[in-house]
Amino acid sequence: MNAVVMLTKKDFETDQDVRWCPGCGDYAVLSQVQKLMPSLGIPRENFAFISGIGCSSRFPYYMETYGMHSIHGRAPVIASGLKLARPELSVWVVTGDGDALAIGGNHFIHAMRRNIGLKIILLNNRIYGLTKGQYSPTSQLGMKTKTTPQGSIDRPFSPVAMALGAGATFVARTVDSDLAHMAGVLKRAAEHQGTAFVEIFQNCIVFNDGAFDAITDKSLRDDARLMLEHGKPLIYGKDRNRAIRLRGLEPEAVTLGEDGVTEADVVHHDEKAEHSGLAFFLSQFDAPKLPVPLGVFRAVNAPAYEEMNGLQHKDALERRGRGDLTSLFNSGDTWTIK
Amino acid sequence: MSVSAGAAEVEPKRSMPPRPVEELDSVVIRFVGDSGDGMQLTGSEFSRAIAKAGHDFATHPDYPSEIRAPTGTLFGVSGYQIQFASRQVFTSGDAPDVLVAMNPAALKTNLSDVKPGGTIIANSGAFTDNNLAKANCKSNPLTDGSLAGYRVYQIDISALTAQALKESRLSKKEVGRCKNYYALGLMLSLYSRPLDKEEGDIRQKFAKIPDVAEANVIALRAGYAYADATEMFITSYRVRTADIQPGTYRSLTGNHATALGCVAASELSGVPVFLGSYPITPATDILHEMSALKHFNVTTFQAEDEIAGICSAIGAAYGGVLGMTTTSGPGMALKTEALGLAVMLELPLVIVNVQRGGPSTGLPTKIEQSDLLQAVYGRNGECPIPVIAANSPADCFDCAIEAFRIAVKYMTPVILLTDGGIGNAAEPWRIPDPASLPKMEVKFRTDPEGFLAYARDGNLARPWVRPGTKDLEHRLGGLEKDFLTGNISHDPMNHQRMVEVRAAKVAGIVADIPPLQVEGPAEGGLLIVGWGSTYGSIVQAREQAVASGCSVAHVHLRHLNPMPPDLGTILQRYKTILVPEMNLGQLSRLLREHYLREVVSLSKVQGRPFKVSEIHDRIIELCNEVSK
Repeated sequence: MNAVVMLTKKDFETDQDVRWCPGCGDYAVLSQVQKLMPSLGIPRENFAFISGIGCSSRFPYYMETYGMHSIHGRAPVIASGLKLARPELSVWVVTGDGDALAIGGNHFIHAMRRNIGLKIILLNNRIYGLTKGQYSPTSQLGMKTKTTPQGSIDRPFSPVAMALGAGATFVARTVDSDLAHMAGVLKRAAEHQGTAFVEIFQNCIVFNDGAFDAITDKSLRDDARLMLEHGKPLIYGKDRNRAIRLRGLEPEAVTLGEDGVTEADVVHHDEKAEHSGLAFFLSQFDAPKLPVPLGVFRAVNAPAYEEMNGLQHKDALERRGRGDLTSLFNSGDTWTIK
Repeated sequence: MSVSAGAAEVEPKRSMPPRPVEELDSVVIRFVGDSGDGMQLTGSEFSRAIAKAGHDFATHPDYPSEIRAPTGTLFGVSGYQIQFASRQVFTSGDAPDVLVAMNPAALKTNLSDVKPGGTIIANSGAFTDNNLAKANCKSNPLTDGSLAGYRVYQIDISALTAQALKESRLSKKEVGRCKNYYALGLMLSLYSRPLDKEEGDIRQKFAKIPDVAEANVIALRAGYAYADATEMFITSYRVRTADIQPGTYRSLTGNHATALGCVAASELSGVPVFLGSYPITPATDILHEMSALKHFNVTTFQAEDEIAGICSAIGAAYGGVLGMTTTSGPGMALKTEALGLAVMLELPLVIVNVQRGGPSTGLPTKIEQSDLLQAVYGRNGECPIPVIAANSPADCFDCAIEAFRIAVKYMTPVILLTDGGIGNAAEPWRIPDPASLPKMEVKFRTDPEGFLAYARDGNLARPWVRPGTKDLEHRLGGLEKDFLTGNISHDPMNHQRMVEVRAAKVAGIVADIPPLQVEGPAEGGLLIVGWGSTYGSIVQAREQAVASGCSVAHVHLRHLNPMPPDLGTILQRYKTILVPEMNLGQLSRLLREHYLREVVSLSKVQGRPFKVSEIHDRIIELCNEVSK
C-alpha cells in the first residue's frame, strides 16, 4: 500500500492528447478527478472508468486507469456488470445529459434504484455537443438549436430529481468553475457506499456558452445559488440574508430581518433524512425564482447491491457447500442403464 | 390400438413399399387440455416414468403464449407430446397414437393430428354444452359419430377425480386441479409403469402443502386403479426397453442443459461465469436454472432490459469472468449494437439465442430457425461473430461448452443458437464424467513487459487482462483502434488492417472444427444438410428412406460461422443437396453463397417441428429424380 500513498495526479494522466475544445468545462472536471484519485488510498490498477458516447465520454482515454469508452447510454450497466464481477474495483461512470438521460435513461434509473457501487458523474451542458448542437433533455424550454429553430417545446427535467425519484442514496450537484466545491463533492461521492450520483454543470463553450452564467459569474452567483450544507439553514445571497422558508408545501425565498423573518423560520438542510422529500423539494428549485442548490442533496446509508449479492453467494456456499459438477449433473431424478 | 405403429410408419396413401414393422416398437402420446389443466406436468411426469423403464424418448411441449387463457377456449389449449420406443428416439413423433384430451377444445384442435385408427381418451365430463360452445362444436363429437375412425375411451375424469377426493378437505377448485394426476395414473397403468416412485415424487413436489400432495396421490391411485379394474381397456401395453448405451441418465431440457454447460465451462476453466439476462420466452429457464446455482462461481443479473443484459455481461467479461447473455429473437435484435461493441473490444462472450417464431413478437412459444442470418450477418459494419447451433436438448450442454471454448481461445463473442423446441423439450441425457469433458485453458496477461492491448497470438487473439493487474492499465472502446496499442486510430490503412484481421480471426476458427461426420454413402445422389433442431426428424426420415432403398446421406452442422473446412468438398460429392430448415431457406443461402452450389430448400414455418414424413417424402421425390 506504500506505493498507493506515493501516487500523484500525474500518475493518472495518459499520453493521449486531450481532444476537447479549448475552454471546455470538461478539462476542469478531468483535472479534479485526476487530483482526487491519489487521495483515495486505492491502487491505481483498481480503478476503472466506463463511459458511453458524447463529448464527456472521451474521459476514460485520459485517465491512466482501466477504462472503457463503450456505446451510447450503456455505461451504467456495463459498469454494473464489471462491479458485480469484481466488487473490489472502484468503478466510475462518466456520462452526459444525452448519454445518461435520453438514450441511456433506462440504465440510469436502474443503476440508481439498485444502489450498486458506481460513482456516476454526469457532465450536464444542456446541449448535444458531439453532434454539433441539438437540444438535450435538460435544454431550457424555448431554446433555439439546430433541431429547434423556433425554440424548444420539449420540457426539460432535472437529473437530480430523476436520480432521487429512482431512489438514489447519494445525489449531489456541483459546477465546473468552482474547483474547490467540485473536489469536495467528488470526494464525498467516492466515499459513498452504493450508487453515488454527481451532476456537474458544465459549460459548452461552442454550442451553449454561458448556460450557467447566472450561477458561475462571480458578481451574480451568490444571489442565484444555494450552497447546501448538512444541518445548516438554507441561507444564501451576497449579504447572507436571503433564505428559504415554507409556506404550506411551497418554498418561498425571503429576506432575513424583513417582515419579521428570522432564522427560526428557515428550512434546515438534512441530507441524511430517510425520506427523500426534502431532497426532491430542493431539486425543483430553479433560477430566477429560487436559487439553484449546489452540494449534497441526499446521502443515506443503504446496503449496496454487490454486497447483498456477495452475501447471497456466501449463504449459498454455507448452506450447500461448494458445488461440484458430479453432484450437479447427478441431481434430480436419475436412472442407470446397465 | 396398434402400438407397433410408431411415428415412423409410412401412411398407406403413399406409393411406398411398406417397410418392415417392428412389433411394439414405439408409441406417441399427446396430452392436451386447458393451459391451466397441468398437461405440461402430466406429460413431463409421464416422460420421467417412461425413461426410468429404460426407454429412449423425445418430447415436444406445445403451449399457448397466454399463461391461463380463458378455460375451454380453442386458443387456450396446451399440449405435451412424447414418443418412447425400444430403439433410439430422435423426435417426439409425427402423429399421436394416443390422444388424451381433457376437453372439447383440446380434442377439436388436435384430432386431425391423430393417426388414423388411433386411440382417444377423452375426459367426457368436460364435454358439457358450455365447453362444446366455447370450442365452437355444433354437436358433441363423442356422440355424433365424428370419431368413428378412432378407438375412443370416454372417461369422466372430472367426476371420477371428484369422487375419489370426496373426503378431501380441498376446495372444489383445488380438487378439479388434481385431475391431471388422475390422467397420469390412468396412463401409467395402461403402459405398465409402477406407481410407487411417482407417489414419492408427488409428496416431494408438494411437500409444503401436504393436503394437496395427498389429494394428488389419491387421484393418481384412483386413475391407476380405474385403468386396472375396468374392462374398458382390453389390454395394457408394454414397449420393449430400448437398446441404450449403458450409463446413468437423467431427463434434461435443452435450456437446462445449456445452463449446466455454462456452469461446466466455468468449472473447467476455473473462471467464474456471469449471466446478464432479461426474461423472454422461451429462453428464461436458463436464467432460472443458473440463478439457483450460487454455490458455484455463478453470478446472475436480471437486467432492466435486453440491452442491459448483454452490456452487463460485456462489463463482466472486461472484468475477467465468462460473460454470457440469453435471449430469443426480439431480444437478439435489441442486443445488436452491443454485439458490435463486443467484437471491437475482442472480449469473450457467449450469446444464447433460443429462437422462436418471428419476426417481431411473432410466435413466442412456437419454434422456428429463422435467426440464422441475423446471427451470421445482422450487425452494422464488418462484424464477424462465430455461430454454432445445438441439435438436440442434450447437445445444448456440449454446445455451451464449445461456445465458451471458442470465445476464450479467440477472444470473441460467440452466438449459440438453440430454439424453443429443444429448449423446452426433454430427452434422456447420459451424465458425463466431468473428467471426460474438454479442457479449457484461460490465461490472463499479467506481465507488463512489452504489453500491447491489441497485440495478437497465433490465433489472432489479443491478451485478456483483468482490471486490478498492476501496470497493465489500458482503455478499450468502440472506436476503431490502433492495430497494436488499442488507442483510438482513424488512420485509413489501420482500419483496413483491423477490419481484415477481425475477419481473419473468426475465419481462422475453421482450424478448430473437427471433420464432419457424414451418415450414409460418402458420395452419390442425395445429401441432406441440416442444422439445429431438425436433426431428429432428418435422422429418422433418412433411416426410413434408406430402409426403402434410397441412397441418401446426411450431414448436420454444428458450426455455422465459420463453416466446417471440409463441407465444400463433401457437397461436391453429391448430385443433389437437400436443406430442410424451419425458415425460408437461410442455410440454403449461406451454402449457395459460400460454395456457389445450388441446393434444394425444404422450408417449414408453421411454429411446429418437421414431421418425419415431411422430410421423408421430399427425400423420396428427390431420390426418384436423381435415379432417373
